[in-house]
Amino acid sequence: MELSTFFQQLTNALSLGSLYALIAIGYTMVYGILRLINFAHGDVFMLGAYFAFYAVTALAMPWWVAFVVALALTAAFGMGLERVAYRPLRDSPKISVMISAIGASFLIENVGIVLFGGRPKSFPSIPLFDTVVHFGSVSMLSVSLFIPVITAVVLGALLWIVHGTKTGLAMRAVSTDLDAARLMAIDVNKTISLTFGIGSLLAGVGGIMWTMKYPQLNPLMGVMPGLKCFIAAVIGGIGNIQGAVLGGFLLGMIEIMIVAFLPELTGYRDAFAFVLLIVVLLVKPAGLLGKNQTVKV
Amino acid sequence: MLRIENLSVHYGGIHALQGASFEVPEGKIVTLIGANGAGKSTSLKAIVGLVKPSSGSITLNGESLVNLATKDIVRRGVVLAPEGRRIFPNLTTEENLELGAFARSDKAGVQADKHKMFQLFPRLEERRKQKAGTMSGGEQQMLAVARALMSRPKLLMMDEPSLGLAPLIVKMIFDIVRTIAAEGTTILLVEQNAKAALEIADYGYVLETGRITMSGPGKELLANDGVRKAYLGEGL
Repeated sequence: MELSTFFQQLTNALSLGSLYALIAIGYTMVYGILRLINFAHGDVFMLGAYFAFYAVTALAMPWWVAFVVALALTAAFGMGLERVAYRPLRDSPKISVMISAIGASFLIENVGIVLFGGRPKSFPSIPLFDTVVHFGSVSMLSVSLFIPVITAVVLGALLWIVHGTKTGLAMRAVSTDLDAARLMAIDVNKTISLTFGIGSLLAGVGGIMWTMKYPQLNPLMGVMPGLKCFIAAVIGGIGNIQGAVLGGFLLGMIEIMIVAFLPELTGYRDAFAFVLLIVVLLVKPAGLLGKNQTVKV
Repeated sequence: MLRIENLSVHYGGIHALQGASFEVPEGKIVTLIGANGAGKSTSLKAIVGLVKPSSGSITLNGESLVNLATKDIVRRGVVLAPEGRRIFPNLTTEENLELGAFARSDKAGVQADKHKMFQLFPRLEERRKQKAGTMSGGEQQMLAVARALMSRPKLLMMDEPSLGLAPLIVKMIFDIVRTIAAEGTTILLVEQNAKAALEIADYGYVLETGRITMSGPGKELLANDGVRKAYLGEGL
């Protein structure tokens, strides 16, 4: 294998890993705060892409305005989803909330098929992201360079919110002990809503960048990435933001490298995520960065 | 200041509080004593809005607290240091204290109070950057009390602050309760350690299976034969 091919694949892996990381964070944040797997998260990712698509095509907005609008809508949708599908079940058994999440996922997908049409749509070209860049003999789409940079910026902002602000402190408190957080005069509902908003916003960023890289949209495009990013979050240690990032990058890296170096196994690329999940769960059930919780009495 | 009338609370089929009435006058230390399951913790949880009463009234200076959310009750100065301490184990001592002051926006005042807490509990200053879950039970209880004080409560309610602690630490915690009260904070103390609680209390109530069965000044209850037999472990 030539060095240039290696670098080519490395950038591919880096941008795919970034996208996985962004989506995985949404799973992990919601799990951290509600102990709930938001099965509709992959569909929120899909909606982010469609919002951007319609803002650019139907509403003829400049792409950057369209992206901001799409992100705001995606975040609002995530918060609405929590309000409608999860909050009424806050005190119900976990299994009810999980069923509600699966139902929400199917609902969004099927309403998507009705509203957006089942036929794939292609995202209009945006020159800034579509140019081919050359580094020596390595050539790639400019979007593959943008994705890791944008991801890094978003991650930095997220970590600052969680660890550097009062809101983040409230989020960490709510994720540890709901009632104790209430006793601190924290508005628990608002904090949970905000968590969904942030997670959905990140899924929106992921969805939009995904369509820049793979410019085809269809209402089921969120299913496979959603599933893989859930796996990424579990591999990294669910509930742990850094873990989700690690899991996302690991998954993206492995997936691309398998396609690149073992082309005969390309058909199994999706299966590797699941194999990795099984292996990690067998060896380290709490995930790579997850800690087995100890309770002091 | 705080008046509870005919308070009833049901948990599913269990009638945990069956029409209890008591009051906490401003500036006093009041204690609720009673056996396990008598409804002591339930009373405190109902006051602070963590459980919904099925009937009865809870009023703070004439205003009903019954339909308020916990955060709004806390913002009115009614604060609970809950049973089992419930500190945030994965956050540092300092972050726990900041959470105690969550409703306040006067940054300088919060900072000053933090230092005040470190004077009151020098051990906490040593553990400032340490994850609260790694501290000893006594240190965690100090943190729970300090965290509650960070909100500058008007009425501080404490649920079993002595539970599981060494006698020396218990004494220290009760000394601090007395200090806090002397500075003007009203205290509602729930305890199984009836002797220690009655010794510092201005007034005490005995709760039995969801009802108040006896009440009186702390010293009087301490001398009462029934109380001595049932709660102070003294045979007659």
